[in-house]
Amino acid sequence: MSILVDRSTRVIVQGITGKEGSYHATACREYGTKVVGGVTPGKGGTTHEGFPVWNSVFEAREAENPDVSLIFVPPAFAADAILESIAAEIPLIVCITEGIPVQDMVRVRRVLDSHNDQGGKIRLIGPNCPGIITPDGAKIGIMPGYIHKRGRVGVVSRSGTLTYEAVWQLTQLGLGESTCVGIGGDPVRGLNFIDVLEMFEADAETEAVVMIGEIGGEDEERAAVFAQKRMTKPVVGFIAGLTAPPGRRMGHAGAIVSGGKGTARDKMAFLESHGVRVVDNPSLIGKTVADVLASGKSRRSLHPA
Amino acid sequence: MNIHEYQAKELFKEFGIPVPGGVLVESVDEARRVVAESPLFKGETKPAVWAVKAQIHAGGRGKAGGVKLARKPEEVPDLVGQILGKTLVTHQTGPEGKKVLKVWIEEGSNIAREFYLGVVIDRTTRRMTLIASTEGGMEIEEVAQSHPEKIFHYPVDPLEGYSPYIGRRISQFLGLPFAAQSQMVNIVRDLVDFFQKRDASMVEINPLVLTKEDRLVALDAKVGFDDNAVGRHPEIRSLRDLTEENELEIEASKYNLNYVKLDGNIACMVNGAGLAMATMDVIALAGGSPANFLDVGGGASKETVEQAFRIILGDPHVRGIFVNIFGGIVRCERIAGGIIAAAQDVKISVPLVVRLQGTNAKEGREMLKSSGLAIQVAEELFEGAEKIVLAVKGGK
Repeated sequence: MSILVDRSTRVIVQGITGKEGSYHATACREYGTKVVGGVTPGKGGTTHEGFPVWNSVFEAREAENPDVSLIFVPPAFAADAILESIAAEIPLIVCITEGIPVQDMVRVRRVLDSHNDQGGKIRLIGPNCPGIITPDGAKIGIMPGYIHKRGRVGVVSRSGTLTYEAVWQLTQLGLGESTCVGIGGDPVRGLNFIDVLEMFEADAETEAVVMIGEIGGEDEERAAVFAQKRMTKPVVGFIAGLTAPPGRRMGHAGAIVSGGKGTARDKMAFLESHGVRVVDNPSLIGKTVADVLASGKSRRSLHPA
Repeated sequence: MNIHEYQAKELFKEFGIPVPGGVLVESVDEARRVVAESPLFKGETKPAVWAVKAQIHAGGRGKAGGVKLARKPEEVPDLVGQILGKTLVTHQTGPEGKKVLKVWIEEGSNIAREFYLGVVIDRTTRRMTLIASTEGGMEIEEVAQSHPEKIFHYPVDPLEGYSPYIGRRISQFLGLPFAAQSQMVNIVRDLVDFFQKRDASMVEINPLVLTKEDRLVALDAKVGFDDNAVGRHPEIRSLRDLTEENELEIEASKYNLNYVKLDGNIACMVNGAGLAMATMDVIALAGGSPANFLDVGGGASKETVEQAFRIILGDPHVRGIFVNIFGGIVRCERIAGGIIAAAQDVKISVPLVVRLQGTNAKEGREMLKSSGLAIQVAEELFEGAEKIVLAVKGGK
């Protein structure tokens, strides 16, 4: 088991003939992911790096009925690409693109929510994220595949390379990962910590979860409240940005302390008080998970709600 | 991207939001000329008072002496002289403050009441949210703490858009007289229109005043734009004032490097924003103080690393450099090659610790060790941080 994606998952790549799309479609295929083709408007009917290319997601759906669309479309056109995949009802959309205007994402998210409110079941991961990987199953994103090892720990993160750091530690310690989900560094995005925690809780292979957050917003806090109420599996948390000055955007569009809200210190204290094992040294994420799993108290019973 | 008050007011005017008449000056001579020639200082309808306001990208100007009132036109040039060239230190400027290069002179208003009206993208509702408060002129964060009941939030559904009932609800919340309600309905409509059409990320009118003549006027204006969207608004991009930004940050942006200057003395260079933040934190955890945030992106080529070294060393406070690279797609031996080449080209006179991890990290570290350069090598993140902190402290 794993969450969202596995060996059988069939993927199309929007923007497959672009530099990034082409490189990563090939890398995902090399990892073993079933990349069944891609979409570039105007290039339908051609073949690129051995992948069939369609003009639209609708054509791709007609031909291959994919489970996932992985998006590498430039920021100015990325919202449109996501909306097209929603319209074509692709069940899982993974958008890697960084730099999408926030108001574009406000609209995308509203359309997605309204689709799902009417009974749809479409999930969006990202944007501005490394994607999702189930080790030895499917790599759908830009992460280096080989640092991962199939195992017991679910990873959910707002960051890219910081996730690789944590994954590397888990792999080195032999714990391995069930699935790693990069939910992305933008303020308005698809799946959130809570959604992914819920899936990890239900996944038989996952024994513990690493949650990597950062400054800005209140998503980590909401996730901690959820974990305390609904999770039997331990959650180890890290929050980046303890030394970040207020009012400055730290790389990610969503990583900003505004109006005194969303500081790392407040988040860490909140998580700690809600039963999340908070690590202040990112070098110790893996070791902390190992300790928690070895303690024999790795599962707890839920208090009656 | 932030802009000045005077620029925000010009944009407001364009969208029909009422603002006081005013004029921008950059010297005392110009102020004298304006006072002699501008209709703002002449005729029957001339105001009884003028506001002289420093134009810097920071709030708290009033308390820092950056806003003054003139009762007579002839006082204006003197007040401009007092403000221009002065370095204002406010809670938003940092201790070094900001030098005033432009002054905005505008007609004063006959204030009856002061309100707050703002728009942000709320991350929780994922919608554009209107914020109104009866407590104009105060910091909205303080009001939110002390009197949350005095703040009204209204998330605008992006599919529904603006409708006049929203403006009427705000009017009612603020207790506006009937004469001002239709003005408010129009102001909120125009504000939403501006926010959406120009991809703003934040707008604050604080205060929005009701005059004794029952007119609503935006007495102040603070606007920020979404950095991801300025590319599609050349007219907004042209409002960027480089004198308001840190020189090293401007330089870094030329090379697509994400650099934010901080107050410490240990510089860092990292691939990825989250890891860059975590690296700063680890430097602090090891007892040091980070001099910057710097994300060199996924590539970390020789050219990128070289430019990054130059920018880092442009900060005179830097006493040591910590390079932390997690090699993923790009293999560590290539990164090590880039670091060695860049370190040879850029004369690095401070201790340098490089931590390489990930793909082919061992080979990369070997290359650094045998390069003959004074580079300390680390495997783990915290180990690297401890090494650079020790080197910097030992160097004193």
